[in-house]
Amino acid sequence: MSKEEKLNAVIEDLKNTFNDDVLETTSHAGDIQVRVALGKIHDVCSWLYKTHDFDYLVDILGADRFTSDERFEVIYNIISLRTGLRIFLKTWCPEENPVVPTVTDIWPGANWNERECWDMFGIKFEGHPDLRRIFLPEDFKYHPLRKEFPLLGIPGSLPLPTTTPDAD
Amino acid sequence: MEIKNSFIDKTNPTFFKKHQNALYKSLEDKHTTVDVEEDPLGTRMVLNMGPQHPATHGVLRLLLELDGERILRNRLDIGYLHRGVEKIAENKTYQEFMPYTDRMDYLSPYSNNVALCTAVEKIAEIEIPERAKYIRMIGCELARISSHLLYLGAMVMDTGAISFFIWTFRERERLYDIFDNFGGHRFTISHSRIGGVHNDLSPTCIDMIREFTKSFPNEIRDWRKLLNKNRIFYDRNLNVGQISHKDAVAYGLTGPNLRAVGIPYDMRKFSPYLRYDDVEFDVPTRLEGDNLARYFIRMEEMSESIRIINQCLDKLPKGPIRTDDAKKTYPSKDEVYYSMEGMIHDFMMTDTGVCPPEGVECYHAIEAPKGELGFYIQSDGTGHPWRMKINAPSFTNLQGLEKILDGQMIADTVVLIGGVDPVMGESDK
Repeated sequence: MSKEEKLNAVIEDLKNTFNDDVLETTSHAGDIQVRVALGKIHDVCSWLYKTHDFDYLVDILGADRFTSDERFEVIYNIISLRTGLRIFLKTWCPEENPVVPTVTDIWPGANWNERECWDMFGIKFEGHPDLRRIFLPEDFKYHPLRKEFPLLGIPGSLPLPTTTPDAD
Repeated sequence: MEIKNSFIDKTNPTFFKKHQNALYKSLEDKHTTVDVEEDPLGTRMVLNMGPQHPATHGVLRLLLELDGERILRNRLDIGYLHRGVEKIAENKTYQEFMPYTDRMDYLSPYSNNVALCTAVEKIAEIEIPERAKYIRMIGCELARISSHLLYLGAMVMDTGAISFFIWTFRERERLYDIFDNFGGHRFTISHSRIGGVHNDLSPTCIDMIREFTKSFPNEIRDWRKLLNKNRIFYDRNLNVGQISHKDAVAYGLTGPNLRAVGIPYDMRKFSPYLRYDDVEFDVPTRLEGDNLARYFIRMEEMSESIRIINQCLDKLPKGPIRTDDAKKTYPSKDEVYYSMEGMIHDFMMTDTGVCPPEGVECYHAIEAPKGELGFYIQSDGTGHPWRMKINAPSFTNLQGLEKILDGQMIADTVVLIGGVDPVMGESDK
C-alpha cells in the first residue's frame, strides 16, 4: 500500500469515528489538511496518537484568516515515525477570546509551539503549563503577526534603553 | 528560609520588569512536585547565563537554579534576536524574501535557500530541470559539511581544545572559497532561485569541489585519530546530556539529536526531495543519546555528504539550469539585456513574482544540517504569501535542551549547548 492510500485510509477512519466533527478536508500538492471542530480537536489528536501512532509533533502554527467569524486558525503538523505518514489538522477559533485546548499532555513538545502561537496571535491554550510569550517580552502588549499590526511596529511599544548609559 | 520568594526579591530589574518576573516565576513553578526544602548550607542559587555569553553560540539566555554544581531546573529565554521574518515574508514576494532566509541559519545559508525554493515550487507546482536539482544537492551537502565543521570546532573548543577550532575553520575557509566560485558570495550566497538556480557551475568550481572531496576525508581521518580515543574529550562527553528515546520523540528533537537516540528520521529518506532517491547514502544512527553519540553522528554525516557530492558530480546531467517559463521564474540575464520580452518578464517577476493558486496551502521540509527545516505557506493568489511559517530545527532542539539540562552539572552546560548545536538566528526568527 502506498503512502497516499495509507493516509486516505487514516482519514476515512477519522471521518467514520468523528462523523460530523470532521468539517472538511482540503488538499494541494499531496498535502492533506483536515479541519476539525474546535471542541473535538484534543480528542482527535489523542485518538490519532493512540490509534494510528502519530507520535511525533513537528509543528503547531497559527494563522490569521482576517474574516469576521472564526478569525484565527491553528494548524497541527503531525507525523507518525512508524508508518511515515504526515497529517495536518486544523481548527478555527473566534476573534473574541480565542481559546484552544492544549495538546501538551499528548506531545510535551507542543509547549514552545503553543507559546509562540500565543505570542504571535494571542490565541490562548487552555491547560497549558506555562503560557508565557516566547520571543517578545511580557511587557509587550500586542500580537505582531495579526494582520492589523503594522509592519513597522508601533512606536513606543517597547521601551528601549537610552544610547548613552549615563543619560538618567 | 524564604527561598521561594527570594528569587524575585533579590532581583530588582530595571528593564522589562514584567518579563523578568514572569521568567523567575516560571522557574520557580517548574516541577511543582519538587519541594524546596530548607537550605542550611546555602548551596542554592539562581544563575543567569547569557544572553551575552561567548559560549552560548549567540544570544541564548539560560536561567539555572543550582544546588552546588548541579542544575536542579532551568528555563531558556529566547527571542533576543527576534526580527519578525515571518511578518517580513508577508510583505515581500517569494523571491525577495530569499535573502532573509540566508540570515536565519547563517551557518548553512544554502540549505535555507533551497528549503524556501522547494516549498514555493511545491505550492506553485513548478518543475525544475534535472541539472538544477543536482547543483542544489551539491550546494546543500557542502552547506551541511560547513555547518557540522562549525559545530565540531565550537563543541571541541567548549571541551577545552582551542587549536581544533582553527583546523576546522581552515576547512571551512576552503568551503567559502568554493561557494565564492559557486554563486559569487562566500557566505550568504542566495544562489538558488525559484525555478532553478542562478548560474551554472564553472569548470573551475567543479575542480575545486573534486579537490575538496578528495582531500577532506583525510582530514576527517586525522580528526578521528585525535578525538575518538582522547581521554579528556571522552570524559567530557560520555554519558553527558543523555536523553531517552521516549523523551526525544515526545519533545520533538530533530536532526542529528534525534538520530542520536536511534531514530533514522531524515527528510532525505522520509520524503525524498530533489534527487536524493537516486543517490546512495546511509543515515547514521546511534543508540546512546548522549553528547558523544551526537558527535559521532555528525562526523559520519560529513562522510556521507562527501559520498553524495561525489555521486552528484558523476551524475551531473547536461541541460538548462532554470525553467524556461517566464511566468514562473526569472529569465536569464542574456534575455533581459537583449530582448524586449525578457526585460518585461524580468520586470513582472520583480514586481509581482510567482503567484501560486488562490486559497491553497502546503508544507515542504528539507533536511537542513540541524534537522527538519520546513516552510508552511498559505497563499491568497498574489505574489506575497498570506502566511509563511518557518519550522526551524534549532527552535525545537532548544526545547529539548531545556529537558536535557535538568540534572546536569553546571560545567557541562556549555558543552551541551555546543552538542545540541542551536543557531539563534534561526530559532528566534
